[in-house]
Amino acid sequence: MPKEPIHILLADDDEDDRLFFKEAFEEIKINTRVQMVNDGVELMNFLTREGNHLPQILFLDLNMPRKTGIDCLLEIKRMAHLKDIAIAIYSTSSSEKDIEDTFVQGANVYIKKPSDFSMLKKILEQVITINWQYQTSGLNRDNYFLSL
Amino acid sequence: MKLYLKFDTNIALKKIIQEQFDKMQMDYNYLGFAEIEINDSVSSVEMRKLDDCLNVYGIQIVENQKSVLVQKIKDTIIEMVYKEDKLPISNSAYLSDKLKQRYGYLSSIFTEITYTSIENFILLQKAERAKQLISTNEFTFTEIAYTLNYSSVAHFSNQFKGITGITPSSFQRIIKKRRENSSNLE
Repeated sequence: MPKEPIHILLADDDEDDRLFFKEAFEEIKINTRVQMVNDGVELMNFLTREGNHLPQILFLDLNMPRKTGIDCLLEIKRMAHLKDIAIAIYSTSSSEKDIEDTFVQGANVYIKKPSDFSMLKKILEQVITINWQYQTSGLNRDNYFLSL
Repeated sequence: MKLYLKFDTNIALKKIIQEQFDKMQMDYNYLGFAEIEINDSVSSVEMRKLDDCLNVYGIQIVENQKSVLVQKIKDTIIEMVYKEDKLPISNSAYLSDKLKQRYGYLSSIFTEITYTSIENFILLQKAERAKQLISTNEFTFTEIAYTLNYSSVAHFSNQFKGITGITPSSFQRIIKKRRENSSNLE
């Protein structure tokens, strides 16, 4: 793992969820730097503002007001300067069709929102570790799908 | 008689490095204070010898020996998974034979540096190879399972799902739809 922190961006309108994620990232053994935005509009502003340091991985809530996770995903995939960001969608749905559709639209990771904290920590650690392999071990990112 | 010295540590370091690297006949670039890029591949034996030479001057190679070994392990695994027609029965025997080191040693260094195990890394690479084979549309799951040394399609399918979270058939559908979408856009 790198000594530099892994830069993570989280987009979620629910304050409790944001806290939950932030605490989970603080407790896992991997060094991360987490930034947060409160909805899809804020997210797109963040990603398109000049000079902002882009994240290596974006955690995106599917259900947000103003602009949904899927809308954001589709917009991000159309922007060349954002193509290297790994996108992890999380949602309460675990239907195979929803999962497949999300991957077809360009997501790399699909997380079924866990209800307990230790599970969330475990999942995030797994995502970061696998993502690290995709960044450093020459794996083909076109085939990068991970569902947890 | 007493002498008083005035010296520049950076010049001294550069000179020592030049002498030692020349002695080892290694081509290198000095990138700035205490950082060196080696231009050709270096065996772990040579690396240890270099470290010994530098230790005389109180200079140590930081971490690099380990990182070099980890890179070699990764390269060997990728070669094993991608280039061998059929995967070996025993991963550990294959690796320790190719790298001429005890498997236990390789395994502990790998975990220390990467936070993941060799076995996990192999599973990840096998899943990647499977994805590649699936996306060519040239092989059945049975053929892929055989190539990657699984005892059955069910075993292959289960392990693929264990690593990626999706089944091989689901992966195949996603790839197909993605291709349809991108050809519709053109």
